[in-house]
Amino acid sequence: MSETLLSIRGLTKAYPGVVANSDVSFDIGAGEVHALLGENGAGKSTLVKMIYGLVKPDSGAMTLRGAPYAPAEPRAARADGIAMVFQHFSLFDALNVAENIALGMENPPPMRDLARRIREVSETYGLPLDPFRTVGDLSAGERQRVEIIRCLLQDPKLLIMDEPTSVLTPQEVEILFKTLTKLSAEGTAILYISHKLEEIRTLCDHATVLRLGKVVGECVPRESTAREMAELMVGTTLQTPTRAGRELGPVALALRGLSAASPSQFGTSLKNVHLEVKQGEVLGIGGVAGNGQDELLAVLSGEIPTDEGAVELKGAGIGRLGPAERRRLGLLTAPEERLGHAAAPDMSLTENAMLTGSVREGLERRGFLKWAAAQDFAEKIIKAFDVRTPGPDNAARSLSGGNLQKFVIGREVLQRPDVLVVNQPTWGVDASAAAAIRQALLDLAASGAAVICISQDLDELMEIADRFAALNEGRLSEPRPTTGLTVDEIGLMMGGAHGMEVAAVG
Amino acid sequence: MIVLEKRPQPSRAWSLATPVLAVVATMVFGGLLFALLGKNPVEAIRTIFWDPLFGEFAFYYRPQLLVKGAPLVLIAIGLSLGFKAGIWNIGAEGQYIMGAICGAAVGLAFYPLDAWYVFPLMVLGGALGGWAWAMIPGILKVRFGTNEILVSLMLVYVAEQLLASMSLGLLKNPEGFGFPGSRNLNDYPSASSWISQDLGMHWGVVAAFIAVIFAYVLLNRHMAGFHIRLTGDAPRAARFAGVHPGRLILFCLGVSGALAGLAGLFEVAGPAGQITIDFNTGYGFTAIIVAFLGRLHPVGILLAGGLMALTYIGGEAAQSQMALPAAAIQVFQGMLLFFLLALDLLTNYRLRLKTREVA
Amino acid sequence: MDISSINPVLLIASLMVAATPILLAAIGELVVEKAGVLNLGVEGMMITGAIAGFAAAVETGSPFVGFVAAAAGGAALSMLFVLLTQFALANHVASGLALTLFGLGLSALIGQSYGGVKPPPIGKLDLGPLSDLPVIGPILFSQDLVVYLGIALVAAVWALLKFTRAGLVLRAVGESHDAAHALGYKVVRIRILAILFGGACAGLGGAYISLVRVPQWTDGMTAGVGWIALALVVFASWRPWRVLLGAYLFGGITVLQLNLQAAGVAIPVEYLAMSPYIITIVVLVILSADKNKAPASLGRIFHASQ
Repeated sequence: MSETLLSIRGLTKAYPGVVANSDVSFDIGAGEVHALLGENGAGKSTLVKMIYGLVKPDSGAMTLRGAPYAPAEPRAARADGIAMVFQHFSLFDALNVAENIALGMENPPPMRDLARRIREVSETYGLPLDPFRTVGDLSAGERQRVEIIRCLLQDPKLLIMDEPTSVLTPQEVEILFKTLTKLSAEGTAILYISHKLEEIRTLCDHATVLRLGKVVGECVPRESTAREMAELMVGTTLQTPTRAGRELGPVALALRGLSAASPSQFGTSLKNVHLEVKQGEVLGIGGVAGNGQDELLAVLSGEIPTDEGAVELKGAGIGRLGPAERRRLGLLTAPEERLGHAAAPDMSLTENAMLTGSVREGLERRGFLKWAAAQDFAEKIIKAFDVRTPGPDNAARSLSGGNLQKFVIGREVLQRPDVLVVNQPTWGVDASAAAAIRQALLDLAASGAAVICISQDLDELMEIADRFAALNEGRLSEPRPTTGLTVDEIGLMMGGAHGMEVAAVG
Repeated sequence: MIVLEKRPQPSRAWSLATPVLAVVATMVFGGLLFALLGKNPVEAIRTIFWDPLFGEFAFYYRPQLLVKGAPLVLIAIGLSLGFKAGIWNIGAEGQYIMGAICGAAVGLAFYPLDAWYVFPLMVLGGALGGWAWAMIPGILKVRFGTNEILVSLMLVYVAEQLLASMSLGLLKNPEGFGFPGSRNLNDYPSASSWISQDLGMHWGVVAAFIAVIFAYVLLNRHMAGFHIRLTGDAPRAARFAGVHPGRLILFCLGVSGALAGLAGLFEVAGPAGQITIDFNTGYGFTAIIVAFLGRLHPVGILLAGGLMALTYIGGEAAQSQMALPAAAIQVFQGMLLFFLLALDLLTNYRLRLKTREVA
Repeated sequence: MDISSINPVLLIASLMVAATPILLAAIGELVVEKAGVLNLGVEGMMITGAIAGFAAAVETGSPFVGFVAAAAGGAALSMLFVLLTQFALANHVASGLALTLFGLGLSALIGQSYGGVKPPPIGKLDLGPLSDLPVIGPILFSQDLVVYLGIALVAAVWALLKFTRAGLVLRAVGESHDAAHALGYKVVRIRILAILFGGACAGLGGAYISLVRVPQWTDGMTAGVGWIALALVVFASWRPWRVLLGAYLFGGITVLQLNLQAAGVAIPVEYLAMSPYIITIVVLVILSADKNKAPASLGRIFHASQ
């Protein structure tokens, strides 16, 4: 690569209890696509926040084009030609595209000129976007385009992308990669953060691997195998879950023409969803975030009531029953959001065990609670699922993401469900916890339960599911056996590239 | 500079210490306020907090403590259930008035019948009056999503007008020589809530203690209480656990309304004696402070109710002995809530002194 | 009774006066809520402004100084709300209640020596022939300056929110403080400014009651106007011009019921006096379907972790 653009030397940042980054050093060349690779919790996001001026390092230094670089705030970073596409938390749902973009610029032109420039840039880079649409109504892929265009309008020298493909269909990923390649050819460096190895091998020139806050290796991705990089990233040899051969029983759960309006303003309503899942079967449901996953979980858990016959459990209509009655009948669920939905953050693990366990574990009698029994149940979960915590009296929010997720999944699995529905069971979870959770789901299916796994991680679904279906704008595709399914087919089931019709017009 | 750091879990020690600290801080700043008003701060604080309990005339003041404390505790217990779940009934003053009107009306309807069932029916009437008044914001919230804070508060002003109308019209004493106000229920033994006027004991005091026990058991041992706490901590998790939000709103508002109504009934049938235009004295609002000062915990509320009753009684004493203005006590009570809310930070966050990093 | 004794022109002219306190408080609160802060202490800031303005006007003999002091008093009290919610991260609802309880006590304390005192009168606009025009003269051209200030503030807030970058940033902070923080905006600083502005507006509104509308000092004289102003912001679904409309509606009801009382209509006084509160509730019910317009971060506590 040509000259060095950004050079990072010995960056260290500690938070109480954890060292997020320790003595991190590497260089990014101009026009280079540089991968930052690491598991959840490896310190990738802290590192980019330091580069973007959101967090100040405890020690260490950066130089940009040879000059010392220490941004006091994102504004300063942007002025120096550094732009960032966030994964979460940077768009305003109620504002329109142009307003969102103006907020990310230092000196935005008047709205009319800005709208024109948005159209220009979006056409140049093949990212169609209407400047006057409300952002809350856009698909995940389109929202990302807003962020990318916001960055491109500032002519960045370095573009930071934080896990950009987790919200895209395979077709959209292809479009994104074309855009990034074009940018890189024009001389823009890209710092690409991901834990998806195949993507990095396709796209990146160079990779820096982080583990537990330290740089543990560098490589040229095209010359390394995915397995080598994975072992560098995780530090141990990965165990792939084992799938025992299973006998499928009768249909355990069925949805029959289910339609349900979303309770939230910018949610996705479910439209005429049909599905059947048999005892002993794992059904994987893929799809880009925001296509009805939360709503599907809510109609199954009983949080959104539907027509009596739209949800059938073992042949009986249960659409009107609430969460507690459904648990009694053997239908258990685990929502995506751990803190605040699956678990109450400020409550102890014992209380969180009570939260869903009261009915099936006999933790209450005529409304009165048996706290001793709840504590035993919490301890059982902690032990069986290797949850790292000093004890069941600790608040849920004190646990790390992976440990809390093991607790949440364990809580449902140990109640011996007939049907278990999980949404994003390994999102934001480190590799070893993720492997344990997947194995638990497979074991549960092997013991005769029906499992529905809703996930945006296609690799995960291919690994554990027997059949695969995809949610797209609230509609569910026809499920197909996972064996022999190609990436292209999966992509089309997920709806191909969203919102590209506009491109043909423009 | 000072930075805040979220604790992994709420600190139990701080949650006990903050109310005490808040009281101390209020005494210090309250003392400053009294000094600004030209009063001797130490004497003022002693008059308010010490003399009523241990001074020369304590025999007179101590029963007053029960009389003032009972309605505060009764109302605050009800409010705390809703506050815990994020349901803000701030119209307890109105429910208190309606309980008094309905309860007194039942009693006056039986006048001068001497029967054991008159008072129990009045109690029922008082509870129903407060309950019904609280159901208005409850049903509107569940049915239309209307903000319960504003509706319950608007209804306070409506209830005050009704109170005026009642004491000038429907419930006016026919033998009262045209003066506004109802018959005095203290002159009607079947309708009196006094047990022993000398000890300050009336049925409201008993009810307050029962309410504390009831709330404690509900919150710690019963599913309904668990659901209330769960809703306050994480509303989505509560739905996921199977809580029906509408029912919870009606339950919390209903209980708090009924308890406020009871407080009003016991007051009108005892210490106040009659329905008058200025029957209500702001217990419904002070109870909000009591609920927070007691950290929304039943036992805490019992203690806080006692303390707040003390500021009322001590404030009156300071008013007569030192000419301390009545409003100064109101400021004092408001200040207490301020310090409490501010210091509450320490239960969930750690303060850390940090030198500004040179980046 | 004699309803014909009510003069419609005077009714409209006086409803504008009756609406001004609500209007001032509500437009201030609208800005506060647009920034994602729910300050329920409007009543407390109004009453503080009412006494601060009254005392300053009486002492200096100048209503103008009175209004300046009222704005300063309201803003000073709102600073307490800033300390609680922006620095001590306290619950917005509880802090607002604390502000109201404290403000009511403080104003009663300060106001002790001002009972029965008359404030200096405030001048009215006099445009000569324009003010003498029939019908529109009394309505449009002979009000006091604060009435016009209220309308001007509505226009200014509307323009600020719709056309300026500052307005866009304010809305962004109210919509998602996390996103605004990630883009490098100073969430806390912006919110403090909004809260102070809201406090100043509420203070002005309170002083308008004690200096113009009543004009004298009595304890608790705002009598729930601050709460009605809060309801009005919901009613207006956070749109400035609808705040003006709503304020005139409530002003109209207040004036009408006072006129009906004076005209001796056969409805008891108490029932007429409760009508503005009941109508507030009815309007809230009718309009609560429009909740979606509320700023998404309203009342949520912001703490920039990491």
